[in-house]
Amino acid sequence: MATEYWRWPESRWTSPEIDWKAGRIVTAGIDVGSVSSQAVVMVDGALFCYGSLRTGSNSPESAQRAMDFALAETGLVLADIHYIVGTGYGRVNISFAQRALTEIACHARGANFMYGPTVKTILDMGGQDCKAIRCDAKGKVTNFLMNDKCAAGTGRGMEVFADLLSVPIADMGRMSFEVEAEPEPVSSTCVVFAKSEAVGLLRKGWPKEKVLAAYSSAMAHRVVELLQRIQVEEDFAVTGGIAKNEGVVKRIEKELKIKALEPKFDTQIAGALGGALFAKALVEKDRGLR
Amino acid sequence: MLAHYGYKDGSGEYFIVVDTDKCDGCGRCVSACPYGVFEIGEDENDPFRETVVVKVSESHRKKIKYSCAPCKPVSGKKSLPCLESCAPGAIGHSW
Ligand code: SF4
Ligand code: SF4
Repeated sequence: MATEYWRWPESRWTSPEIDWKAGRIVTAGIDVGSVSSQAVVMVDGALFCYGSLRTGSNSPESAQRAMDFALAETGLVLADIHYIVGTGYGRVNISFAQRALTEIACHARGANFMYGPTVKTILDMGGQDCKAIRCDAKGKVTNFLMNDKCAAGTGRGMEVFADLLSVPIADMGRMSFEVEAEPEPVSSTCVVFAKSEAVGLLRKGWPKEKVLAAYSSAMAHRVVELLQRIQVEEDFAVTGGIAKNEGVVKRIEKELKIKALEPKFDTQIAGALGGALFAKALVEKDRGLR
Repeated sequence: MLAHYGYKDGSGEYFIVVDTDKCDGCGRCVSACPYGVFEIGEDENDPFRETVVVKVSESHRKKIKYSCAPCKPVSGKKSLPCLESCAPGAIGHSW
């Protein structure tokens, strides 16, 4: 089988400290994105377990797989969960979720939990879209902008480049800094054109590192333009798969002259985490607790 | 909440901005817009909002520049039906 350079690691985690049987409110969030799917389970508002997988060809099945993956070996089953919120591109197709909410709402809420109440601006770079979000100290959205018109600043775009350059996706960030001087960004923002531009540069004899640098800075520039529309206020955090690509994140920081907060969790789970937090708040509302 | 619907491309920035705190969900903009750009529904970005809110329909978000083009003559400022219909002034255009 040919090497799949685009393939990123799937992951799961269970808290060693939490006994879910002692919990009063068990909730879950499921984020079915265009590229990856995550399930997060929380017990009384604390992170209990999560799973992150590649999205398959259909959303309902990907939701189920992510949930099964997260719950594996925890002893907890779907019926033990009091409330499930679905989010992401495939959110309306999750049959076992009680409520569907946008990624905008869920990412803000999830980032608020991950990074704390000082986070005011969130950039979510997902598989096929990119969102700039402003929120208050409680993680409530105050301003947002979403770009899903093309795959330029997204995970899918990075996967295309991983394949084109035969570079494993996890090495792309590091490699993009192995240049003597930062090249001009590629001029196309559309991934299809950026790809053909890159092919041309490779033919001209540019090393992979330089092509990567040119692509990463084009991507960074594009999302900075989106961020400027909603105006960045610190603290600033990046979520989603591209948050793991230092080649893009560092270039965004440089252009904004603002440093992003260090992630404490897997940045891909922010949306599902926010869903699980909303689920808890919705259960409390139902039970008359708030 | 300021909800930006639209995109930026090589030719410019095309966003319809809705201030959801001002919008009361009356639906006048939906009837006023000749091209069906708006719809009313629950606020998917805020599960605790009790009232409905306006949003730009999914089908228009990626082509809003073209959807609104007939309302926006190249020369001479004409008022837009959507802006005129909205008493609280919840709608804005970036271009
Ligand atoms: S006319 Fe204004 S207040 Fe009424 S639904 Fe439209 S945006 Fe909201
Ligand atoms: S400018 Fe015209 S087409 Fe565009 S939203 Fe307003 S009324 Fe509708």
